Amino acid sequence: MKQDTFTKNAGLTIEEPLIFERQNWSSSGVDIPNAPNVVSPLDASSLRKEAPELPGLSEPEAVRHFTRLSQKNFGIDTGMFPLGSCTMKHNPRLNEKIARLPGFSQVHPLQPLSSVQGSLSVLWHLTNWLKELTGMAAVDLTPAAGAHGELCGLFFIKKALQSRGELEKRTTILVPDSAHGTNPATAAQCGFQVESIPSTADGILDIEKLKVALNEKTAALMLTNPNTCGLFEKDSLEIADLLHKNGSYYYCDGANFNALLGQVKPRDLGIDVMHINLHKTFSTPHGGGGPGSGPVVMTEELKPFSPTPFVQKNEDGSFYLVENNKTSLGRIKSFHGQMGMFIRALSYMMSHGIDGLKQVSADAVLNATYLQYQLKDTLGLPFSEPCMHEALFDDRSLRQNHVETLDLAKILEDEGFHPMTTYFPLVVQGAMLIEPTETESKEQIDLFIATIKYWVERCKTAEGQKHFKEAPFYTPRRRFDEAGTARNPKLRWKKERI
Amino acid sequence: MRYLPLQEKDRKEMLNTIGKSSQEELFAHLPKDALNKAHFNLPLHQPEWEVEECMQNFAKQNITALEAPFFLGAGAYRHYIPSSVDYMIQRGEFLTSYTPYQPEISQGTLQYLFEFQSQVATLTGMDVANSSLYDGATSTVEAVLMARRLTGRSKVLLSGHLHPQYIQVIQTYASMMDITVQVLPPVFNKEGTEDIIDSIDSSTACIVTQCPGFLGHIYDYRPIIEAAHKNKALHIGVITEIISLGLLNGPGNYGADIVVAEGQSLGNPLNYGGPYLGLFATRDLYKRLMPGRLVGESIDADGKRGFIMTLVAREQHIRRARATSNICTNSGLCSLAFTMHMTLLGGAGLKKLAWLNHAKACQLAEKIKTSKLNIKILPQQYFNEFVVELPCCAESLVNRLVKSKILAGIPLSRFYPNKPAFKNFLLIACTELTSEQDMDLLITVLKREIS
Repeated sequence: MKQDTFTKNAGLTIEEPLIFERQNWSSSGVDIPNAPNVVSPLDASSLRKEAPELPGLSEPEAVRHFTRLSQKNFGIDTGMFPLGSCTMKHNPRLNEKIARLPGFSQVHPLQPLSSVQGSLSVLWHLTNWLKELTGMAAVDLTPAAGAHGELCGLFFIKKALQSRGELEKRTTILVPDSAHGTNPATAAQCGFQVESIPSTADGILDIEKLKVALNEKTAALMLTNPNTCGLFEKDSLEIADLLHKNGSYYYCDGANFNALLGQVKPRDLGIDVMHINLHKTFSTPHGGGGPGSGPVVMTEELKPFSPTPFVQKNEDGSFYLVENNKTSLGRIKSFHGQMGMFIRALSYMMSHGIDGLKQVSADAVLNATYLQYQLKDTLGLPFSEPCMHEALFDDRSLRQNHVETLDLAKILEDEGFHPMTTYFPLVVQGAMLIEPTETESKEQIDLFIATIKYWVERCKTAEGQKHFKEAPFYTPRRRFDEAGTARNPKLRWKKERI
Repeated sequence: MRYLPLQEKDRKEMLNTIGKSSQEELFAHLPKDALNKAHFNLPLHQPEWEVEECMQNFAKQNITALEAPFFLGAGAYRHYIPSSVDYMIQRGEFLTSYTPYQPEISQGTLQYLFEFQSQVATLTGMDVANSSLYDGATSTVEAVLMARRLTGRSKVLLSGHLHPQYIQVIQTYASMMDITVQVLPPVFNKEGTEDIIDSIDSSTACIVTQCPGFLGHIYDYRPIIEAAHKNKALHIGVITEIISLGLLNGPGNYGADIVVAEGQSLGNPLNYGGPYLGLFATRDLYKRLMPGRLVGESIDADGKRGFIMTLVAREQHIRRARATSNICTNSGLCSLAFTMHMTLLGGAGLKKLAWLNHAKACQLAEKIKTSKLNIKILPQQYFNEFVVELPCCAESLVNRLVKSKILAGIPLSRFYPNKPAFKNFLLIACTELTSEQDMDLLITVLKREIS
């Protein structure tokens, strides 16, 4: 039987207080030499009276604090992380090593261009890889993340409409009901009306409904391909044709570009603008929610509106940055984008080569299709078409036993897996979107499949259902009171005033 | 393929299971034309050492801050990062985790983000901070958008002290979002005063100031805050050098409504401009209108204290078109680096580090003054950076000095290529890493080049 411990620790699961809850605040992990004797021009009224009230820890204490925190976290390095749409693939350590070379990390963004030719080469080569892989005419590397890329892409579209004199007229962006939340949020932020297009019973965009929705007000369609149900939008070319004949643009949310890598070029699917998440398709680490990087590729027509800065080559082979350009949208971020991510992505591309990248998408699709096939009689399959890089299920087989998607997710946490994406896309009840990625072995995927089969069987009994409702049991924390927290949120530590 | 676990045998077996005879069949439902056109003019895979060698060769073409006396700033600063910081952010449990949607197995990320929010709120003197945005410039834009939401007004007033790239980013967003921007000219007097208060009126949503200013000025902006509030406009305080808050009062202490900052100086290397770290803090009153992720303290089913993402009803994955922002990603790992560096320093350490930065700048200023060079230091009060007026073109000087491996600062012409009047101005920064020898060397070459 389990015994309580005096410390409340349980072996390797060690309780760690906040840095603010330590008794000793005045340690330091940095030795700072005394400053030279100088006469400061600063007026006393500008100065803080006291140092900021923040605790300091010595290096051993700080290393232990954050190590203990890390042990309460699940990463791709810990286990299978089949979070659909998020593409949690292995992050190669070579890329980390290279991004940390002083030649890259110790370079200031505003050094003279003659002293940063290496960094500009990286921008140039990455641009070329992305152009070649997508078939598009130009690349804007500056967006900081996928959602930022979306925003930037819609800005181009606005700019292009402006130059056509149609900005006042074209006020609507069409978004399928299965889209990522960022799509409607971005369109609304840009001042567009958002109109939702229903999906067909097969889980793809309903082209008949699209025809009805298209009119002189339509600025663009934002479509993810493969879509968020994991299915390829097979009518992509016809959709492009309809949009272009209507004078509208075809924006592709490239979050799932990893499924098409080396198989087809998005330009050949009729797309005008697409953002790419380097942290999904090209393995730069997700880092607990960032930093990401969301370059945007575009057609020749939209190229003049691309933000600054971008890299160009001189006749002598050296590189320069275009920082001002009349037709450009302008700047959307300080400096030149997420350089550290560019280095990692380029190193990933060079490692794989085009042959490897083609195998990446093939293995990603194979793993997901295999998983879909193996679980199709265990979990509900809302769409029968073979999936691309991720498999979507619904919770009908769970619900008939009085448990739901959330409960299965918590069971998986106990089993040492990160749960799949839950309740997204919204078009399927109790959605479970499973993306194994190409970096999982068959052995791991088989274990995941067997685990789900075991628990779907167990939820047929009352005992099993009780377990589902109470899970997880073995994680550092159990289920939280989310509603209570949002009602009266405590968002920071504060000293108790006596 | 070193990153692909599937072997040919596995692939065959799996294809067989799903009833396909080849992997090409997995893509057979894609448009034929597109499949046929998919030819790529790209190289084949390479072993690790060849990729490393190639990337090393790129890296060698750069001159780094390690090899040269280095005086660049302007929103990106070279500070020493304790070795344990970079070790910690490379732990796989942090590096390879996702946005903490499943709190039971993400307490590591959630707790450090709570600590991060607490540190940022304390430093800026505000009530609440979010768990980070992309960078200083985009944080400033988000603050402007929030001010518009809060006030329902659409004119923003930007101080001439604001970083010109931040101004450009705001102008880009504004032109796309029906926001009117009024920008004051850069401030070239020594006190840092500008006629901004007269421009505030009843349509002003917010007024954005920056201190230390872009050209280095420390100045009293309390009257601006007062005037903003008198007109029911918000005040947004911007900081591009977060270390300065170890020494100076933050905008929060003066009554700012939103404080945004670039957090790169703590924990994050120069990285040729990114990834960096956007800080965003505001008053408690406005917390439900903030952009970005927020972490809150909670209680689990066993009654144990833990942390979760909260107030998610503001966010795009719940509210879709009605979200406060479209932001999904933050700068997670950069905020871990910030938090660990800040934890190693503590408040007292930050104060000492800030003073050291300031003292180094004072030392350089003294050396410039005593050198008898015809170089004028513009701001009367500064932190670790100031603009100087040279008797010659700053850009050509910097380009000449780089040949002797000295990175002498940033010519203002880099930001204002169309303003010949600014061409003799050079922005110079010092940090704790600027040695006295570096300063002496700079003075020596300036004597050679200028006189």
